Amino acid sequence: MKAKDIIKNGLIKENPTWVLILGMCPTLATTTSAINGMMMGLATAFVLMMSNIVISLLKSVIPDKVRIPAFIVVIATFVTIVQMVMQAFMPDMYETLGLFIPLIVVNCIVLGRAEAFASKNTVWHSLLDGLFMGLGFTWALTLLGMVRELLGTGCFFGISIIGGADGMLLMILPAGGFICLGFLMALINHLRNRNVKKA
Amino acid sequence: MAKKAKSTLINMLLSLTAIALVAAAALAAMNAVTEKPIEVAKQNKVNKAIENVLKQVDENGKTLDSIDYKTLKDTIVKVDGEEIVCHLAYNAEGEYAGAAVETSDPNGFGGTLKVMVGFDKDGNVYGYSILESHETPGLGAKADKWFQKGQKGDIVGKSPASELMVKKDKGDVDAITGSTITSRAFLRCVNKAYTHLQSVLNK
Repeated sequence: MKAKDIIKNGLIKENPTWVLILGMCPTLATTTSAINGMMMGLATAFVLMMSNIVISLLKSVIPDKVRIPAFIVVIATFVTIVQMVMQAFMPDMYETLGLFIPLIVVNCIVLGRAEAFASKNTVWHSLLDGLFMGLGFTWALTLLGMVRELLGTGCFFGISIIGGADGMLLMILPAGGFICLGFLMALINHLRNRNVKKA
Repeated sequence: MAKKAKSTLINMLLSLTAIALVAAAALAAMNAVTEKPIEVAKQNKVNKAIENVLKQVDENGKTLDSIDYKTLKDTIVKVDGEEIVCHLAYNAEGEYAGAAVETSDPNGFGGTLKVMVGFDKDGNVYGYSILESHETPGLGAKADKWFQKGQKGDIVGKSPASELMVKKDKGDVDAITGSTITSRAFLRCVNKAYTHLQSVLNK
């Protein structure tokens, strides 16, 4: 497998949000603004990359029957590290995302990539896979957050660009999250399919 | 690829134990690094909140009025297992100048609502800030502005000596539109803060 394919897989072809449809809980819950979505995506990307590296390194010493608990311990360790670092150096961001950071442990993308990719591939490829799956998740969350923030509050990354209007409250509530996710998913998959047919 | 370790009992025990040990060591090291900054960040947040409620600003952030204080004395009151922290402020001459009180109410619309309320030396509400809330964005979450000076539900200058209540409950405070539950929880916090501050001061 070539590095280029792995990068493309993570960002577009097997994008965790739009194509694999994994990790929907943080996707809907944290995307009330673009910056929240982006930070959540980056935190997940970091955990994904680090756990992929470690799991790939350890793949030959972990017996098959205990691989899941071993993976979970590795993942939980990195999540806790992220949580402590955020709490110490970005207290405001931790405040908004607080609840969802520990939940990265059970995010199916992370365990999914560990099981499907890192436990079978080389360290270098696993690193790439983790990083770009994570970035694929990040851009999906950022885009969703951007659309919801713009429609819901009239802001773009916290800067008001539609002054005076209150915005559609629905869009930053959970219902708006579902609606927005559905439309974006349809649009992106339509674009993707068109490109595939052309190629 | 190297040969995979077989799933024998001893292999499983060894690998899991080793992984758990390394993970624990990594976390302990990380904890040592972040413990202090976390403590500092928490303290900063409290200090900032105290400063905020003992100061009145207009919507552009210009200070209109503030309570001068030199020293703070923290008193913790325990009521029904809940800790209420009163930060008493004293001016340069050592006289009591006002107080910032942290209270919470478990019955906000989305869970616990945590508020810090500032009082002047006569016990009138001086300012407040929301420390923690899980209220609906766009509705109950407006509480951070709604009750401020000059806003619709202005409670600044009022004394909770006679309990503050929303108009629906025959009080005289305008509730947030569509968020009576949040407003009630908020006012319960303010009233509770006042009651416990008085009990601390009269001690």
